[in-house]
Amino acid sequence: MLGLAALVPVARIRSAHMHSMAERGARHGQAAAAPAADRGLDAAGAARFDALILPHLDAAYNLARYLSRDPDAAQDIVQDAVLRAYRSFADFRGLSPRAWLLAIVRNCHATWRLKRRRAPQSAPLPHGEGETPDDAASLLVDGDTPESLLLRRTEAEAVRALLEHLPEPLREVLVLRELDELSYREIAEVAGVPVGTVMSRLSRARRLFADLWSRTTPDGEATP
Amino acid sequence: MSTPIPEAGPCTAWEELLNGYLDGELDAAHVMDVERHIAGCPACAGALDRMARVRQLVTLDDVRWRAPPALRDSVIAALARERSASAVPPLDRPAGVTGLLGRLRTLRPALQRWSIVPSLAVLAAALLLVVLPPRGGPSLEQDLVAGHVRSLLAEHLTDVASSNQHTVKPWFGGRIDFSPPVVDLAARGFPLAGGRLDYIGGRVVAALVYRRNGHVINVFVWPAGSDARVASTFKARAHEGYTLLNWSEAGLTYWAISDLNTVELKEFQEDFLEALPK
Repeated sequence: MLGLAALVPVARIRSAHMHSMAERGARHGQAAAAPAADRGLDAAGAARFDALILPHLDAAYNLARYLSRDPDAAQDIVQDAVLRAYRSFADFRGLSPRAWLLAIVRNCHATWRLKRRRAPQSAPLPHGEGETPDDAASLLVDGDTPESLLLRRTEAEAVRALLEHLPEPLREVLVLRELDELSYREIAEVAGVPVGTVMSRLSRARRLFADLWSRTTPDGEATP
Repeated sequence: MSTPIPEAGPCTAWEELLNGYLDGELDAAHVMDVERHIAGCPACAGALDRMARVRQLVTLDDVRWRAPPALRDSVIAALARERSASAVPPLDRPAGVTGLLGRLRTLRPALQRWSIVPSLAVLAAALLLVVLPPRGGPSLEQDLVAGHVRSLLAEHLTDVASSNQHTVKPWFGGRIDFSPPVVDLAARGFPLAGGRLDYIGGRVVAALVYRRNGHVINVFVWPAGSDARVASTFKARAHEGYTLLNWSEAGLTYWAISDLNTVELKEFQEDFLEALPK
C-alpha cells in the first residue's frame, strides 16, 4: 500500500464543498419522506430537472439492473429513484447530476432488497450479496461453469453474465467506474465508502474478472 | 490478497497504483513512478494489460443496459402526475376542462367550510389560472429547450419513428385530444423522422421531429389559447444557443426549436406552413 494520500485525483476533484453536498443528496434519497417531498418544483425547476437528470435514465437503469439482476425490479427501482430525485431536487447541488441520481438509485435498490428479503416466497439469488469470498472458483459453483458461460451467444452476453457473478461490492464499483465513468471520489460518494475502499475493491474486481474470464475462454488473454 | 493468480501477479504494493494509473486518478509524480516501475517489471506491465483488457470487455457495446422505452414512458408519466399534484400553479392552462373540474373538486371541501366570499375569490383566481393561454414567457422557452435537449440526450427522439406522415398522424389519435397536422417535407430538405408525446408547461403536447442534415428540429404542437386568432404571428427567439420560432395556425400553437440558424429554421417554418392542408 503506497500511501493512499498519494493518490490524488488531480483533475477530478471539483471542490471540497462537493463532499458534504453529496452526502446530503444521498441521504435524501434514503429517506422516502424527506421534508422536501411536499415542496413542488416550479416550472423552471421542473425544466432544469428534466434537462439535468433525465439524460441519465440509461445509467440509472444500468446500475439498477446490475445491482438487482432482475429486469422488472430494475424498472421499479429506477422509477422510484427518479421520483425521489424529483422530490429532493431542490436540495441538489454540487455533485454531478449523474452521480447524484446513481446514489439515489443505489439507495432505492437497498430498500427493494430489504423488502424482498422480508417476502418469504422469493428465492434468494445464488450469491453475490454482501461480502462473499472473491475466490474465483467459489463463484462458479451452482450451475454456471466456465463452459456454460461460454455458451452465451455473444461475448457481450458472457461479460454480462460474468459481471453478475461478481460479489455485489465489487460488481458495483466496476460498473460505476467502467460503465458510468465516475471518478473514485464520486464512486465513494455513491457507494458511501472511503476512497481507499473504492480503490481496493476496484482492484479486486478487475483481478477477479480477469481471472474468471481467462477460465471461460480457452485461450484466455489471447482472445482478441 | 491471497487469491492465486494464474499469471505472475503484480507487486502487491503497486496493484492499486496501477488501477489508479489506468483510471487517470494519479497526480503527475505518481504517473511517472508507475511508468518507471512497469518499464522494469514485466509482472506489473502484464497486470496493467489485463486491467485494460477487462475495461475493453466491460465497455463492449451490448454490456451496458439501456432503459427500455416502457420505463422511459412510465417515468415521464409519473413525473407528470407528480407535477400536476404539486401545489405550484401551472405555467399555463392545465389539461383544459378536466383541469378545471379537478380544481373545483379539490376546492369543494374548502367551499363547504369557508364563507362564500373568500371561496369565490379563490374560485376566481383558479378560473384566471385556468383560462390564461400559454404565454411565451422565459420559463416556457426554458421548458421547450429542455424538451428539445431531453429528446436528443435521452435517446427518446421519437415514440413513433417513421418518415411517413400517414403513419405518424394516426399514431397521435387517441393519445392526445387534438390532431396535429403532420406534413412530409422531405422534398424541401426536411425529412420527417417521427413523432412523440412530450410534456411542456404542464400539459402533454405533440412533438413532430424533422431532420436537416445533422440537425434535429422539434415542433411542439398544442391547442392555442384565446389569443390564437391572431393568425401566424411569427416570433423568433434565441435561448441557450437554440433558435425558437413560435406561430399559431388554425387553433394550434406551434413552437419549432432547433440548433439550426434562424434563417434555416424560418425556411423550415415557411415550408411547413405551405405544406399544411388548406
